[in-house]
Amino acid sequence: MITADVVGDEDLELLLTEVASVYGYDFTEYSKASIKRRINRICLIDKHKSFAELRYKVLNDQSYLSRFIEEVTVNVTEMFRDPTFYKTLKEKIIPQLGVNPFIKIWLAGCSTGEEVYSISILLHEANLAHKAIIYATDINPTVLEKAKTGIYPINYMKFYTENYQNSGGTEDFSNYYSANYDHVSFREYLRKNIIFSTHNLVSDRSFNEFQLIICRNVLIYFDKVLQDKVFNLFDGSLETLGYLALGSKETIRFSNLNQTYKQIEKEKIWKKTR
Amino acid sequence: MEKNEISPSIEILIIGGSAGSFEVLLQIVPSLKLDIKFAVLIVLHRKNNSNISIADLFSKKTAIPVFECEDKDNLLPGNIYFAPPDYHLLIEKDRTVCLDYSEKENYSRPAIDITFKSASDIYKEKTAAILLSGANRDGADGLKYISQNYGTTIVQDPKEAEISTMPKEALKIFEPDYVLRSKDIIALINSF
Ligand SMILES: C[S@@+](CC[C@H](N)C(=O)[O-])C[C@H]1O[C@@H](n2cnc3c(N)ncnc32)[C@H](O)[C@@H]1O
Repeated sequence: MITADVVGDEDLELLLTEVASVYGYDFTEYSKASIKRRINRICLIDKHKSFAELRYKVLNDQSYLSRFIEEVTVNVTEMFRDPTFYKTLKEKIIPQLGVNPFIKIWLAGCSTGEEVYSISILLHEANLAHKAIIYATDINPTVLEKAKTGIYPINYMKFYTENYQNSGGTEDFSNYYSANYDHVSFREYLRKNIIFSTHNLVSDRSFNEFQLIICRNVLIYFDKVLQDKVFNLFDGSLETLGYLALGSKETIRFSNLNQTYKQIEKEKIWKKTR
Repeated sequence: MEKNEISPSIEILIIGGSAGSFEVLLQIVPSLKLDIKFAVLIVLHRKNNSNISIADLFSKKTAIPVFECEDKDNLLPGNIYFAPPDYHLLIEKDRTVCLDYSEKENYSRPAIDITFKSASDIYKEKTAAILLSGANRDGADGLKYISQNYGTTIVQDPKEAEISTMPKEALKIFEPDYVLRSKDIIALINSF
């Protein structure tokens, strides 16, 4: 059964404004439709019968905050999601990066790490890992802790192996992890060139200059105004001739970056031209 | 089971389908009159196969512009839109698309229920929705929700549906405005 929302539009505005002022996490410019659904979903799962109940819990129980953030900032992810994207990275982008003496990559919104291990595998296969560093960041410290362990359920490996092969991978995928009962641990050496750190795209600033910035399926959660701010942040963090990669249904079409960035084939990868 | 009162003007028509509904769409889409006054949004359970563009495929069958949605696209009247595979599709107040890559619902992403609910919240009684053939129960609850919010609801006749589970699940929980075969679905849409 689907019931009417417990949290309405005005409730939502109020709660998000209060969360921003009390905790410093500003979700006021997130896409309304999806954040409203997430917050109503929390009410269903945690059995808050009214908006007042939810609001009281969020504002007065500090320990509930991490649960709130976790639900609001969707952290679903996969290894080698959209194999054609990884294929293009592998064939067109990574060889280009290889001409630099030192490669710096920023993966923003890395969630539990599946994406960053995928990229690390590509760098190893291209023999570039020794001179590469990947900054993997996320707003949510809980997912980063998970990402650092590189431990994932074993039953996903069949699907991830298919993705890997469809992206042009030719190694034996199981060489990249060791299996124990119901989970696998990705090899330590894949982690060596990754720096995990919290970074909030809403409020934190640029912290380096990169040749590749990957931010997939994060901007769909932001409204257009916030998207524009984040595009500017990326622009300011990308070297000229560097690349920006987005999720398969995300675009820079609506932003002013559209003028100076050139799309690579049909993939959601753009090159900064000046 | 036809309703006699004149339906309010429709602003959006959403078609939800799963296994066995592709063929039905291949009948419906080419038969739609070219000057439809509302947006048509199709939410189909399908494989994430990036080699084939579903918009290109259907563009060959109708002169109505057909798109596969990207994030923040405007849903304009007179166009046909497909929800992209592997994302849930929600709608904002300003009639733009909001994609969401969260947990599957009813083992599905996109989940028909999610788009039905979202559309109903935005377009209210100006929502029309059709539930086609399929092997699970996605869409039933969402269609009922649309009905409760005075939208127009249509279920493909289970006798015609290649896989009748999805239509039957809807009929178990409420009485839609129409239960129709494809050819009558086409006639009804063209009368909106
Ligand atoms: C749907 S996941 C996408 C994960 C991965 N990039 C992928 O495409 O598979 C979205 C991630 O964005 C993160 N996120 C949401 N808001 C953020 C913000 N303001 N700053 C940084 N990360 C954020 C969430 O914590 C979550 O891990």
